[in-house]
Amino acid sequence: MSNLTRQPSTWQEGVYAALKAANIKQLAYVPDAGHAHLIEAAHADPEMKAVVLTTEEEGVALSAGAWLGGQRCCMLMQSSGVGNTINMLSLPQNCRLPFFTLITMRGEWGEFNPWQVPMGSATETVLKAMGVQVRRADSPDDVADIVAYSASLAFDSLIPVAVLLSQRLIGAKVFVK
Amino acid sequence: MTLRNTKEGTLDRRAVAAELLRDPGDLLVVTGLGSSSYDAGAAGDRDLNFYLWGAMGGAAMIGLGMALARPDKHVLVLTGDGEQLMGIGALATLGAQALPNLSVAVVDNTQFGETGHQTSHTGLSTDLAAVAAACGWATTTTAWTMDEVKALTPRLRKEPVFAVIKIAPAEVPRFLPPRDGAYLATRFRAALGIPPT
Repeated sequence: MSNLTRQPSTWQEGVYAALKAANIKQLAYVPDAGHAHLIEAAHADPEMKAVVLTTEEEGVALSAGAWLGGQRCCMLMQSSGVGNTINMLSLPQNCRLPFFTLITMRGEWGEFNPWQVPMGSATETVLKAMGVQVRRADSPDDVADIVAYSASLAFDSLIPVAVLLSQRLIGAKVFVK
Repeated sequence: MTLRNTKEGTLDRRAVAAELLRDPGDLLVVTGLGSSSYDAGAAGDRDLNFYLWGAMGGAAMIGLGMALARPDKHVLVLTGDGEQLMGIGALATLGAQALPNLSVAVVDNTQFGETGHQTSHTGLSTDLAAVAAACGWATTTTAWTMDEVKALTPRLRKEPVFAVIKIAPAEVPRFLPPRDGAYLATRFRAALGIPPT
């Protein structure tokens, strides 16, 4: 943000400000409507490198390379993408690297599409099974703080950390208006 | 133009790696799991080699993260056909970024050598150099001879080249570089002058 004294007017702006404060320089993403603001903000920010991925395990590997080169990366994905990352999560664990991801949840609150439910229901279990610390944001009031402190946890302790942005927070996708 | 380039090569993989990594200077090197890691270790272990022993399909993306973080250095990803096929989408992701300081060399024996020499897609129908070109890589090439490999060595350190190097599928003696990932990561960052957290 150009005006540092301006308070974020939406929780999405607060989350982007938290990523900037955490010195994130690479923002990797598989798009989700719930991440649209962050993706647009990253592309508009000359100090942030936005990297679109074909699949989520790419972002785990990109995050490792960023850290090895001395930068911090954050990956955006939706809950259905977590299943694609499972084996690649051995990389931060084996190499004692930070990994930081924001995950928009599907299949838990007002979901129209039943195909989102199995992976959405298993997201937290799968992440924990692979040694990822999981935090959850349900309210717009504390999501920016949760992102800020989770980034600290990942980059100060060199561990994988995921923040789940609940479907109640982001709003369910509307298929039929 | 034929898109199929599925023949086996004749080059010795250790000689190829020794040539590509001769006097590497401050080249940042990421190697795909299996034989590419063994080849790079046999060519001479160094702090700026980051060997994968797992995370199959991740080598090129690790290279991208490094290259974005360190525009002042050149990154070479040295991997095999099986490893790159598992991360084939990364060719599109790297193509979209089109970084000037990132090269990929796929040492292609057309087989999954580590698991019993099953024929891979590059021995059946897939031409990875053609795939990379279709993903937007401006410079792609396939090398069949040692002279071609020697000509590639300096280019892979200063241009964004995607190269397939066709090698013989013969087994070579195992050479085992360090496999402690935390050690590899810590020494890599230290060699770049990054202080510990």
